[in-house]
Amino acid sequence: MDDLRQTIRDYVIKEYVEEGDETEIELQTPLISGGIVDSFSMVSLKRFLEKKYDIQIPDDEATPEAFDNVERIAALVERIRQG
Amino acid sequence: MVYSEAIREWYKNELQSIREAGLFKQERYIHAPQSAEIEVEFPEGSKLRRVINLCANNYLGLSSHPDVVRAAHDGLELRGYGMSSVRFICGTQDIHRELEDKLSDFLGTEDTLLFPSCMDANAGVFEAVLTEQDVMIADRLVHASIIDGMRLCRAMQDSFKHSDMGHLEEKLQEHQDRRVRMIITDGVFSMDGDLAKLDEIVKLARQYDAMVFLDDSHATGFIGVTGRGTHEHCGVLGEIDVITTTLGKALGGASGGCVSGRRELVELCRQRARPYLFSNTVAPVIVSGALKVLELITKTTERRDKLEWNTKYWRKLLGEAGFDVRPGDSPIVPVMLYNAKLAQDIARDLYDEGIYVIGFFFPVVPKGQARIRTQLSAAHEQAHLDRAIRAFTKVGKKYDILGKGKKEIVAMYGL
Repeated sequence: MDDLRQTIRDYVIKEYVEEGDETEIELQTPLISGGIVDSFSMVSLKRFLEKKYDIQIPDDEATPEAFDNVERIAALVERIRQG
Repeated sequence: MVYSEAIREWYKNELQSIREAGLFKQERYIHAPQSAEIEVEFPEGSKLRRVINLCANNYLGLSSHPDVVRAAHDGLELRGYGMSSVRFICGTQDIHRELEDKLSDFLGTEDTLLFPSCMDANAGVFEAVLTEQDVMIADRLVHASIIDGMRLCRAMQDSFKHSDMGHLEEKLQEHQDRRVRMIITDGVFSMDGDLAKLDEIVKLARQYDAMVFLDDSHATGFIGVTGRGTHEHCGVLGEIDVITTTLGKALGGASGGCVSGRRELVELCRQRARPYLFSNTVAPVIVSGALKVLELITKTTERRDKLEWNTKYWRKLLGEAGFDVRPGDSPIVPVMLYNAKLAQDIARDLYDEGIYVIGFFFPVVPKGQARIRTQLSAAHEQAHLDRAIRAFTKVGKKYDILGKGKKEIVAMYGL
């Protein structure tokens, strides 16, 4: 797992997984469709990514589908960073 | 034709997908006033069944109280049926203001503004009092109407893990650069029945210079020794900046809600909150009934005391029978079943046994946390609860879940 993916995964665990919850977060673990992150709480993840990587994620790209697992989120960040 | 066959098909498919997901909601027709025992027609067209009602928000049993009904009749006679106007044109009567003052007295706040519902209060309040320079930090289990209201507001949105004060503190630190920080919470959380740690929230609010918003819809009238709400229970009366609550649950259960709190914030709602500005307010008949409700519950705590007794008794019965019950102090008592189908099957079997309860499952509650939510009322007599526990025990035995916890239930039925 590269740095980007590791950072996103760590944030997801810290921000969304309840203490004592044994949920494993892997690259493909469904976050929103799996009920780990709801669309309401997703906002803090978007803001974290924007701040951390100095990017702007357009609202129409910050969809529940695009944020549904660590791999997809990383791919979105990579694409936006490359312009 | 605008509503073409193709469009009709599309809508039919949408409805079908709701059915296939097991999320299709069907109403049950009640052929009686709301109370502890009701006559229900379900499914549509079937014979009426008399059932014990364990799923209403009729916490104080005032929905059909004769004094409240009489007061509503009087209101109808003295102030008529409708207003045919929004508040600020010609839709405000003396009794609307009287009710607002009485609510302020009861809640221990500076001022109050009525809304058509608490859903409307929550939809309008954030946009009215916050700006894009501010941040709203909400508990992740707040009611859907709060989330809708937050979405209508330009202030930054953030959230903290349910009742996790450490996480809230981190968020407050992170947002020190915002003009206003508003911590947003329910008083009693509607699905789990647990209470917000309001004393700790107020402490953090003081420490990090934040305002506190409380939706006390599942608490007003009965939580706290005199029923003022979660802020009374937690010893922080007078320290909550904004309270929203409803007349649609314990306070007579008809309809209507309010924003109550700091004078300026309430006044801003009067000037700007769209559901207040662009909708008729609560009808005079309901205002009269609600005034009587406040009079009754201010005079004596008898009803909230009975509710507390019923809650403790029901929790004891469920525990002794071997059900897996979420701990808590509120009259919302969730019986945990974890599996969505199991929750639905047990609710159906209980209905056949004369007990009206509903199974809740994802997305209403988190995945793997399906449950039957039971709700107590001061209208319940001990005999109702004794009958109910016999039915629960019979059905619990059928599914072999008595004495079993999460692991065992999940092993038998899956998540």
